[in-house]
Amino acid sequence: MLYREAGQFKASYEEDQQIFPIRQDRVGMAVLLAFFFLAVPMFASQYWLQAILIPVLIFSLAAIGLNILTGYAGQLSLGSAAFMAVGAFGAYNFMLRIDGMPFLLGIVLGGLSAALVGVAFGLPSLRIKGFYLAVATLAAQFFIVWALVKFPWFSNYSSSGVISAQEIQILGYAFTTPESKYLLTLAVVTVFALVAKNLVRSTTGRRWMAVRDMDVAAEVIGIRPMRAKLSAFAVSSFYCGVAGALYAYTYLGTVEPEGFNLDLSFKILFMIIIGGVGSILGSFLGAAFIVLLPILLNVVMHSTLGSAMPPGLGSNLELIIFGGLIIFFLIVEPHGLARLWQLGKDKLRLWPFPH
Amino acid sequence: MKLKQTALIGATIAGLLATGYASAQEQFIGLASYRVGPFGSNGASLYGGWIDYMAMVNARDGGVNGVKLTWEECETEYNNARGVECYERLKNKGPTGNSVFQPLSTGITYSVLDRVAQDKIPLVTIGYGRTDAADGSVFPWVFPMITTYWSQASAIVNYIGSKEGGMDKLKGKKIGLLFHDSAYGKESHAILDKLAEKHGFEVQKIAVANPGNEQQAQWLQIRQAKPDYVILWGWGVMNATALRTAARTGYSRDKIIGVWWSGSEEDTIPAGDAAKGYVAAGFNVAGANYPVIKDIQTNVYAKNAGNLEDKNRIGSVLYNRGVVHGIITVEAIRKAQEKYGKGKPMTGEQMRWGFENLDLDSKRLAALGATGFMPDLKISCADHEGGGKVKFQQWDGAQWKVVSDWVESDRPLVRGMIEESAAAYAKEKGITPRDCSKEM
Amino acid sequence: MGFFFEVLIGGLLSGVLYSLVALGFVLIYKASGVFNFAQGAMVFFAALTFVGFMEVLPGWTGLEAGSRAVFWFAFVLSLGAMVVLGVLTERVVLRPLVNQPHITLFMATIGLTFLIEGIVQAIWGSHVRGLDLGITDEPIEWILDSADIIVSKFDVFAATLAGVLVASLALFFQYTKVGRALRAVADDHQAALSIGIPLQHIWAIVWSVAGFVALVAGLIWGARSGVQFALTFTALKALPVLILGGFTSVPGAIVGGLIIGASEKLAEVYLGPFVGGGIEGWFPYVLALLFLLVRPEGLFGEKHIDRV
Repeated sequence: MLYREAGQFKASYEEDQQIFPIRQDRVGMAVLLAFFFLAVPMFASQYWLQAILIPVLIFSLAAIGLNILTGYAGQLSLGSAAFMAVGAFGAYNFMLRIDGMPFLLGIVLGGLSAALVGVAFGLPSLRIKGFYLAVATLAAQFFIVWALVKFPWFSNYSSSGVISAQEIQILGYAFTTPESKYLLTLAVVTVFALVAKNLVRSTTGRRWMAVRDMDVAAEVIGIRPMRAKLSAFAVSSFYCGVAGALYAYTYLGTVEPEGFNLDLSFKILFMIIIGGVGSILGSFLGAAFIVLLPILLNVVMHSTLGSAMPPGLGSNLELIIFGGLIIFFLIVEPHGLARLWQLGKDKLRLWPFPH
Repeated sequence: MKLKQTALIGATIAGLLATGYASAQEQFIGLASYRVGPFGSNGASLYGGWIDYMAMVNARDGGVNGVKLTWEECETEYNNARGVECYERLKNKGPTGNSVFQPLSTGITYSVLDRVAQDKIPLVTIGYGRTDAADGSVFPWVFPMITTYWSQASAIVNYIGSKEGGMDKLKGKKIGLLFHDSAYGKESHAILDKLAEKHGFEVQKIAVANPGNEQQAQWLQIRQAKPDYVILWGWGVMNATALRTAARTGYSRDKIIGVWWSGSEEDTIPAGDAAKGYVAAGFNVAGANYPVIKDIQTNVYAKNAGNLEDKNRIGSVLYNRGVVHGIITVEAIRKAQEKYGKGKPMTGEQMRWGFENLDLDSKRLAALGATGFMPDLKISCADHEGGGKVKFQQWDGAQWKVVSDWVESDRPLVRGMIEESAAAYAKEKGITPRDCSKEM
Repeated sequence: MGFFFEVLIGGLLSGVLYSLVALGFVLIYKASGVFNFAQGAMVFFAALTFVGFMEVLPGWTGLEAGSRAVFWFAFVLSLGAMVVLGVLTERVVLRPLVNQPHITLFMATIGLTFLIEGIVQAIWGSHVRGLDLGITDEPIEWILDSADIIVSKFDVFAATLAGVLVASLALFFQYTKVGRALRAVADDHQAALSIGIPLQHIWAIVWSVAGFVALVAGLIWGARSGVQFALTFTALKALPVLILGGFTSVPGAIVGGLIIGASEKLAEVYLGPFVGGGIEGWFPYVLALLFLLVRPEGLFGEKHIDRV
């Protein structure tokens, strides 16, 4: 009933091809955006903005990046965190070394440097497939972090190898409050998410999917796998790079290369698998799930059991429940949270009058 | 779905956050601890000591001038993003908010560095963190107390000098530096290069890739180069592996000098016999024979209220380091109360004053039952380090034995470097350093 | 020249230890097509369970602490624990996920990693323990005296053990009924099922054997660097070995380990000084990557033919 599309006729190609063809989706999206752009900054506490929403948004962007590569183009990668690092350090250096570099341009340039590095490490994908490729991308992960620590130029010769992000200024307005940083992050993420959504519906996106489903067959019908794979690596790394730059500028402020370690790469991979491989919505859901679940467990643990249990046990129990929930989720819905939403939508077409 | 889910979780967390506030005469201390993950074992001892000390102050004295200490742990897993979440979560708890943040992780320290000044919460990093933050005029909210990495490196060189019979004997000597290849390990480079230039010794830097559980190549290089001493700048599994590999390549363990994050039972016990003779620096010593530890045993463990799972760890290096954290936190509260009103909980801003005017002289340490347990300490507006002294301990196969008195660092040299680095930071960030002569 | 051989031999011996961990991956991948990320956690689980039993057994049974009897008793009990873990994994995780895409199974083993780490530390506590296998980690003297080359007794012992393990696994696969069934399952699940091989039993057996390998690896690595959480990182050392040798080949794991071990040590010593050292973290991966460009399925991996 809620999702019934009966009576919504498409009279032109534009209408048929629009990003949300169903009116309910359009309305829902507008409400959602209004909620996050207007209501959240007004009512959310600093804790929610700074510790939850900003990182969830940034990780969503990184997850979209990885999803483009893994979910749409079928290339498994374990180096997303390293590309985030390239983005963060790239943006930092562009803004440090070029006077008057506009913030948004700096972020984009950071993303572009990540894209460049991504293409270089994507080259082996032309020959290597599956888990072999995944392990090979670990070379990128370890090498990039090593290089950022090793060559002091990247961190402007700081003795400890960390960089402190400059103040964010756009057209003279300084983004210092949590609300403004949140809105900036949200705006960037929204724009790039929309671009991604359109990209995967375009010719490029269809090429990726063709290569994902079977690259030999794709080649036979005239798609150049090299171009498709490398463009997927470039776009994916660009997204990760932008996410990395935001991570440094709107979230942490001061970052060290080791912060972008293998754990973070895995975390981003969890996000897309739990959220849904090959789904932009899934990237958001997965990021929210992976960021929020451990925190929720920690809070619940402290408020319910608290002092009743030996201190180390609580943390271990959180780990056990976290691991157990991941397995449980995969068994119940191997295609991720995005698929659950899809199923829910199908149900809602008839609900509450199923007959 | 997303909206619903977020709202639902939001409601749950908000509900949980709202519970548990207590009466006004309590001082809240947020503990961003780690008890799982690669360093969980270190965290258990450190936070155990710290919590036990605070529990002891509550049990023995009824708190600080009647203000009970309360605390809450938040698991960070030694992960920066989780650390930030913990910082934000703990920030507004208790009647006056979180009064001090001590993450015991350099990564998390950097991640919250910009936030503490905004939120007016002192960030105390004892023996880790950002070295140049010791310049309090540029970093008013950060306190890398007791000693920084640079002071420590300098103290280690001074100790080697004294073993050789004078600093002039260092000329022409070769010192190996086996360091964890990360920001943490790199902290040692600048200072050792300076010292090498000054005293005329040679530094050979050898990197160990994270996590450091395989060091055959490095120790064969050391065997080839035959340095007179090796400074071990490691963390976690790297330390035990270094000692094991040193033993198999025949490098004498009493020529290896570890930094304080390399010198705990967690590092020597897994190395077994290979650790015998190994020397390490520490800004606190091991052992349970100090009155302060005795007090913890009688007031806390005798009542079955201790925090440690394994009571044999009482008196271990990291446990005692946790106690030092406890002592400094409690003494800062006491100091702040002297100015802002006894028997009242302190805000973060008031605590900052307490830390900045902390003065633990030998008399005060004796009263605390910590003579010889930790160095005396005097913090000022400009100097957020205060002291920079370390003791050296040797592992005899079963426990740590103190083998030196408090060894000073080369203060003028270290301080000069700190000020230079802090000034560069201030310039980059556009900070005007405050004028310490106007502070009281 | 002596130094070169010293580094080379040290590297080869370390390489065997990497192989030992890689072996666990290969067994499971071969039989069930699962890239078992939890292998590192299983090594940790096995080693911690073993030292845990070593600590509590004297109290439970009255045997003398540190005696040979306690050692073997603890070994058998830990082996039992690994078998239980293997069977449970098959029951609870793999069976419901049969026929799912590889990436989902991979993710499930990551979930399993958290589960295993949490459980084992909740039971035995997280503090670092030493483990003494009774073999001193010293250079073999006559080699040191005659050639001035350090060859560790412990490494030779570990390498021998690994060799025996691989040989017996090869025999087991080649000549027993279960082994034949295993190879059949590895070849083609459907075909194996259709001739009446119980797939699920085979998987449980493979996971148990992988658990046994993890126990051996855990004991050796635990004796080298202490039984602590960092044992899970041994998996990182095994991954380049795995891609070099091929995911499905037992001899590949051994040869790959030798190549990786020797070349990473030589690189660190001879290449490291030019770029500031610490290259051991990424060098094996880059080496494996370059190698894959020539042979995309590893040294001994099965050649994959695409059909449209």
